[in-house]
Amino acid sequence: MAAVLSFRNLTLGYDRHPAVHHLDGSVNEGALLAVIGPNGAGKSTLLKGIVGALTPLAGAIERKPLAHDIAYLPQIAEIDRSFPISVYDLVSMGLWRRSGLLGGIGQKESDLIRQAVATVGLQGFEDRTIGTLSGGQMQRALFARLLLQDARLILLDEPFVSLDTRTVSDLLEIIARWHREQRTVLAVLHDNEIVKEKFPETLLLAREPVAWGPTREVLHAENLLRARRMCEAFDDHAVVCKDDAA
Amino acid sequence: MSTLYDALIGPFVEFEFMRRALVGMLALALGAGPVGVFLMLRRMSLMGDAMAHAILPGAALGFLLAGGLSLFAMTAGGVIAGFTVAMGAGLVARATDLKEDASLAAFYLISLALGVLIVSVKGSNIDLLHVLFGSVLALDNATLMTLAAFATVSLFVLAILWRPLVLECVDPGFLRSVSNAGAPTHLAFLALVVLNLVGGFHALGTLMAVGLMMLPAAAARFWAADLTRMVIIAILLALLSGVSGLLLSYHTGAPSGPSIILVAGLFYLFSLALGPVGGLRRKFVPGRHLEA
Repeated sequence: MAAVLSFRNLTLGYDRHPAVHHLDGSVNEGALLAVIGPNGAGKSTLLKGIVGALTPLAGAIERKPLAHDIAYLPQIAEIDRSFPISVYDLVSMGLWRRSGLLGGIGQKESDLIRQAVATVGLQGFEDRTIGTLSGGQMQRALFARLLLQDARLILLDEPFVSLDTRTVSDLLEIIARWHREQRTVLAVLHDNEIVKEKFPETLLLAREPVAWGPTREVLHAENLLRARRMCEAFDDHAVVCKDDAA
Repeated sequence: MSTLYDALIGPFVEFEFMRRALVGMLALALGAGPVGVFLMLRRMSLMGDAMAHAILPGAALGFLLAGGLSLFAMTAGGVIAGFTVAMGAGLVARATDLKEDASLAAFYLISLALGVLIVSVKGSNIDLLHVLFGSVLALDNATLMTLAAFATVSLFVLAILWRPLVLECVDPGFLRSVSNAGAPTHLAFLALVVLNLVGGFHALGTLMAVGLMMLPAAAARFWAADLTRMVIIAILLALLSGVSGLLLSYHTGAPSGPSIILVAGLFYLFSLALGPVGGLRRKFVPGRHLEA
């Protein structure tokens, strides 16, 4: 199987402080990979690096798909939910690659949008403005947008935070569908039960990679304990990392 | 019937300067309405005011260099000063941690101080009242053509950039992940703000021009929950304010610029009180709750 993503001695961070430190490895096409670790472990940073929003401090990320062929769901904060836009219009943005700046939304596209809205269980909500949605409904709408993006590589940053079990299981079903379609999915998660049950492969990150492999081997108590210990605050007086000289 | 005609239509039929003012207001409303709505939705309602201050020195400099009220020199001066400030602020906001409001404040204050310095060093006792308060009742052909050109450019640019502009407002992170259109869209929008303010200062003056941009936009917020409708309502309210303000000024002899903006202000207060979407009526007279 071909690698979709390869990390070569990758260090990502802010103001020269590493948040992901010396990560090596690759993600194969069709992988369903959970990225876990304590808060501040560099999980979101890693996703930002993959989409190209953050330039590596050292090392490199090799990406097979182009940057704009990645579907990326960040943690929800950046969306302005008071903006007067309907669920239908929000979801339709997933067609950007297809319709671009000026391409029209015709009958065919309209059908695709309605289909995606139905898949995530939001039929009847098409004309509602996004400000009227609950947290779970909003996340469903964003998954509908991801569906339309039709990307080979899908990155999800804590997609299930504060969602009820039914919404989580509906959205997990969509992730499983992507997996069946041989798409590559990386998800940052905190619920180890979900990881155990649904994700065959896991990367445990605590700024430095603690373990990466089949989920049941990674989710060992000693690994988790190590991860918790390794994740400390930035040291303002840290010296230049020695490994770079080697 | 004839009194109604005299009050509302007669002045425009009788006087050419009123017809010119009407055309000028139509041009301004078409551009300023939608631009104002986007400014409001980006939470940058006060940006128009800051930009107006940034434009003022450019227009004053144009006035000085041309040695009088030259349409070309003052428009060019305003546009150049405005673009410089808008681009500088936009680029700094995108490239650094400083937010857009702070970077804009920094740039417009530099521009304003520079303008005041130049004007006072030159020491000429110039009549800048035109720049401050405009002259909607004395629009000549060239000025009207300028206003119409600005409105045309605004509508075309908005039509092309509508999709990325909406996306840049709702979910800038998503736009970055699918396209590189974010930064050019952002800067083009700032350029539109400048263009419409420069157009507005010929008719209403730099400070009043902001009023025609923001008051109809803020009023439209109370009538529609949907962006397209909001933009259309803002344009109509701007136009209606223009017409009513001109008539008010015609009949009472009050200065036209402030009259237009005051009427826009009345529309805003009316919308605030009675508008169906998220206004005061909704808050104080919510009606009984529904079944589901």
